[in-house]
Amino acid sequence: MSAEVTSVNNGVKRKKGSANKIGVGAYIAAILAAAFCIVPVLYVIYSGFRTSGQLAKTPVGLPKPFVWGNYSQIIGDGAFWKMMFASTVIALFTTIGVVLLGVMAAYPLARYEFRGREGMYTYFTAGLLFPITVAALPLYLVLLKLHLPGTPWGLVLPQIAFQLPVTVVILRPFVKAIPRELEEAAAIDGAGRIQFFFRILLRLTTPALVTVGVLAFVGSWNAYLLPLLLVQGSDWTTLPLGVARFQTDRSQDTALILAFLSLAMLPAIAFFTLMEKRIVSGLTGAVKG
Amino acid sequence: MTVNREALGGETGLAGGAQAPSAGPEAPSAKKNRVRKSTPWGEIALFTGPALVVFSTFVILPVVLAGYVSFYHWDGGGDLGKFIGFENYSNVLKDSVFISSMKNNAFIVVMSLLIQGPLALGVALLMNRKLRFRAAFRTMIFVPYVVAEVIAGAMWRLILDQRGVLNTALLQLGVFDKPADAIGWLSDQKLVMWTMMFVLTWKYVGLAIILFLAGLQGVPDEVLEAAAIDGASWWQVQRRITIPLLGPTIRVWMFLSIIGSIQLFDMARLLTNNGAPFDSAYTMAMFVIDRAVRMRQYGYATAAAIVLFVISLTAALLFMRFVMRRDNEGEGGVA
Repeated sequence: MSAEVTSVNNGVKRKKGSANKIGVGAYIAAILAAAFCIVPVLYVIYSGFRTSGQLAKTPVGLPKPFVWGNYSQIIGDGAFWKMMFASTVIALFTTIGVVLLGVMAAYPLARYEFRGREGMYTYFTAGLLFPITVAALPLYLVLLKLHLPGTPWGLVLPQIAFQLPVTVVILRPFVKAIPRELEEAAAIDGAGRIQFFFRILLRLTTPALVTVGVLAFVGSWNAYLLPLLLVQGSDWTTLPLGVARFQTDRSQDTALILAFLSLAMLPAIAFFTLMEKRIVSGLTGAVKG
Repeated sequence: MTVNREALGGETGLAGGAQAPSAGPEAPSAKKNRVRKSTPWGEIALFTGPALVVFSTFVILPVVLAGYVSFYHWDGGGDLGKFIGFENYSNVLKDSVFISSMKNNAFIVVMSLLIQGPLALGVALLMNRKLRFRAAFRTMIFVPYVVAEVIAGAMWRLILDQRGVLNTALLQLGVFDKPADAIGWLSDQKLVMWTMMFVLTWKYVGLAIILFLAGLQGVPDEVLEAAAIDGASWWQVQRRITIPLLGPTIRVWMFLSIIGSIQLFDMARLLTNNGAPFDSAYTMAMFVIDRAVRMRQYGYATAAAIVLFVISLTAALLFMRFVMRRDNEGEGGVA
């Protein structure tokens, strides 16, 4: 950590360094930053192939002998798959809901002229200012009235609602950017605005829809606070809740927890690596927007 | 009005698979495009309705309800219990645990900016060139951001625990002689918040680097080349040209960082095992959830949540008003 700070500073402060030296500094900075970020994750994954005894004796060492037991014990556990299933279903429905409701709302907000449009947009963006913590406790009262506690919808609908503001903010400029001429041409061909939405707009905004979808999926997959209050202990207990419980229940078996953590984070990391460009463009798009 | 009804008709037609009805009557409206036409409220309601309903029901309504239930002695059941006016609020603001959690959040806000900002800026400026394996570096740097906060908290707790792997390794390296002297990364009240800052830096510095790198793409090469030709050193170019041009990105990152720091919950809860030792690592959000879930003081917890909300909102508005103002005004200018 401190080693990294100094090396970065050395690079930055080198006043009249030639382009070459800066080039070396660039690689050193990149390698140190990447190592700082990735080494702890790799440590967790590969330590899952050791035993708790090995870890206690030599915390940093090669898995000798190589142990599959931790991973196979978790993979063979029905409870793990049940949580994996719950997390997947809830993330998928959240994603579908966010993308569908988000692009539908963004369409009139971007392309219709009507009184109150900016007001409605502000109403949605106001959601960005509400911490989940504030709504989380009374949310239970609302769900109670709707007979939703303990059901997947009781988590999916609030998650959609909380993801909508950022989704609308990201999507509106994309929907706005579709040329007027396309809409007019479609109208001349006899397509109404609703047909234009389904046949043309959805296709043209697909990249942006994938972006907000990925953000919604990862957000739901990693979520802890709302699941803790809304589905803890039910049939729809998600993986992050499982991580928290597993750590307390098995606090003696370090290696087993490490294996559990690895398996719980791998789907998100894999998904992200596939979708990296989308996530980054979504985030930076949100920043620029 | 015709347009209006046709729009709805068109929609039901779509659902039924017959799309003909909307085709004819819609065409004239295209011709009238440049003329003033009546507002298609039906279509607008159709498109925005579902989002409005879900958003209002599950975000706005609970927030409004929060203001209401914070005046009650609510214990989390369907019945709100006794109305007690501002008692919850006055108690929260006198609660020493809440006050210390507020201080912790303030510490996290300030230290996140001071540690992650310069660190990420330095790395991003150095990496802002044609690097081999640039994409691979970027992916690795971004990994901690994708790891769930819960998992980040849990894994660092295993590593940093009193008898965790780091202390075992330090013992073997001879940094201290016996297990009793091990460093209490998470159990020493003076150290625990700094440990949390380290883990937060690990989790979020990558995001800052990625955002800055993306912002740097918007700085035109010609300007930098021109400055270099004029004899400016690399550092002069960065300080006088690149960093100022990156200003808007830096300010947005600061905004996100501040809001995130005020609302920190998941990672802190798992890392410190609920604010231990002796509530010294409590954050405001942990206070709220703990008072509710563990002690069933929902009314009291909600009052604390409203205080959190007011602090977060004030910080956001002040930052937008005083720091980000020129970015919003300067739209269309450089950036």
